Amino acid sequence: MVRLEFAPAIQRLSERVPRAPLDVDAGTLGAALDAVFAAAPSLRGYLLDDQGGVRKHVAVFVNGTLMLDRRNLQRRVAAGDRIFVAQALSGG
Amino acid sequence: MKLSVCTRKGLFVVERAGDWRIASRHFIGQPVTAALVDPTGSTWLAALRLGHFGVKLWRSVDGGAHWEEVAAPAYGPRPDDASDDPHPWNVDQIWALDGVHPRAPGRVWAGTIPGGLFRSDDLGASWSLNQPLWHEPRRRLWFGGGYDHPGIHSICVSPADPDDIVVGVSCGGSWRTRDAGASWVVATGMQASYMPPERQDDPAIQDPHRIVRCAGAPHVLWSQHHNGIFRSDDGGSLWRRISGAQPSDFGFAVAVHPGDPERAWFVPLASDQQRVPVDARVTVSTTGDGGRSWRSAGAGLPAADAYHLVYRHGLAISGDGRWLAMASMTGSLWMSDDGGSRWTLFSADLPSVYAVGFIA
Repeated sequence: MVRLEFAPAIQRLSERVPRAPLDVDAGTLGAALDAVFAAAPSLRGYLLDDQGGVRKHVAVFVNGTLMLDRRNLQRRVAAGDRIFVAQALSGG
Repeated sequence: MKLSVCTRKGLFVVERAGDWRIASRHFIGQPVTAALVDPTGSTWLAALRLGHFGVKLWRSVDGGAHWEEVAAPAYGPRPDDASDDPHPWNVDQIWALDGVHPRAPGRVWAGTIPGGLFRSDDLGASWSLNQPLWHEPRRRLWFGGGYDHPGIHSICVSPADPDDIVVGVSCGGSWRTRDAGASWVVATGMQASYMPPERQDDPAIQDPHRIVRCAGAPHVLWSQHHNGIFRSDDGGSLWRRISGAQPSDFGFAVAVHPGDPERAWFVPLASDQQRVPVDARVTVSTTGDGGRSWRSAGAGLPAADAYHLVYRHGLAISGDGRWLAMASMTGSLWMSDDGGSRWTLFSADLPSVYAVGFIA
């Protein structure tokens, strides 16, 4: 299982976003996120852009490392990996 | 009489009940780039541009009392054969919401950066990209002016025919459809001195900062262009330059009287290179005879050391032609009830104002 966790700034976007870490059965980053989008459909448009890439000001970490290639949702994840989704620091 | 005020930190509704006052506040803290209210005042649309989470659209069907998020305009997957498109297939901003017409109930248009025009036939609940304009080959010539990518900021639906529409693009010219978007023709007559000599008359790279249409004489449109003031007398197919506005003919905003196509207002800035009021004094330029003569008025407006910029959608006239509202990127809002001769400051403490619009 892959563990998914959403920062509070993401949790507030929909009451359907898991508040506690969620374990999902997924082989890729995209599949892991899809598991959450299935329960919280509106979240997709907040985290991903029109072309399905991670938005510029959304930060996705895998095992603590920031994902730099925002289009690579096919990135493999393995059992025990931890995915953390946060709001990047930007704006004014 | 009400006024919607879209700002960098929320949507405000200013209402006249004796004096003008802020009647309600919505989406506080969020950038609201455009709003639309249908003529009955019941259905409202508000376009948000969230810094982190993209463009969102919210709708109210009870005059702004309650809001629900609805689908925002979005591009479909970018096809492989569009890999050389210079512009992204991602909606970055809704820059214009317009088009409610009694003979096309439910139809609304959204103009966006990076240049897509979207149509809804259910008052904003769902949207589709206007394919003919997006796939028009000259769309790829468009470029950004002030933003990274081009955008549609003006959508002028003819009161006489909901299928006859002019859109303004910065920087991509003025385009007209007479069949509700099935086909488009670019307007001629504008001139761009910022281009190389051989491209200055190219209609598809013009920068009309804003285009407005006279409701009572729909064949007349006015534009504040990057290189001056233009007017069309044939419904937006041919533009001609109007000279003589003082103290400058550079600016962003324009308004035309709803019942008199000869009366128009502009907010002059010093120049392209110096986008502040001439001599740091806020004024409004107006013509009452179609541009043959001009006067400059500023009574009640800041007269010294004032660096307000009134952006594209920062000037509006009420449907009865009585009231003008003007607001700046530095958060001031002024009203005039005498055709722009005298102005009264409503607030100098608003967030940066993107757009003002009267609600009947």
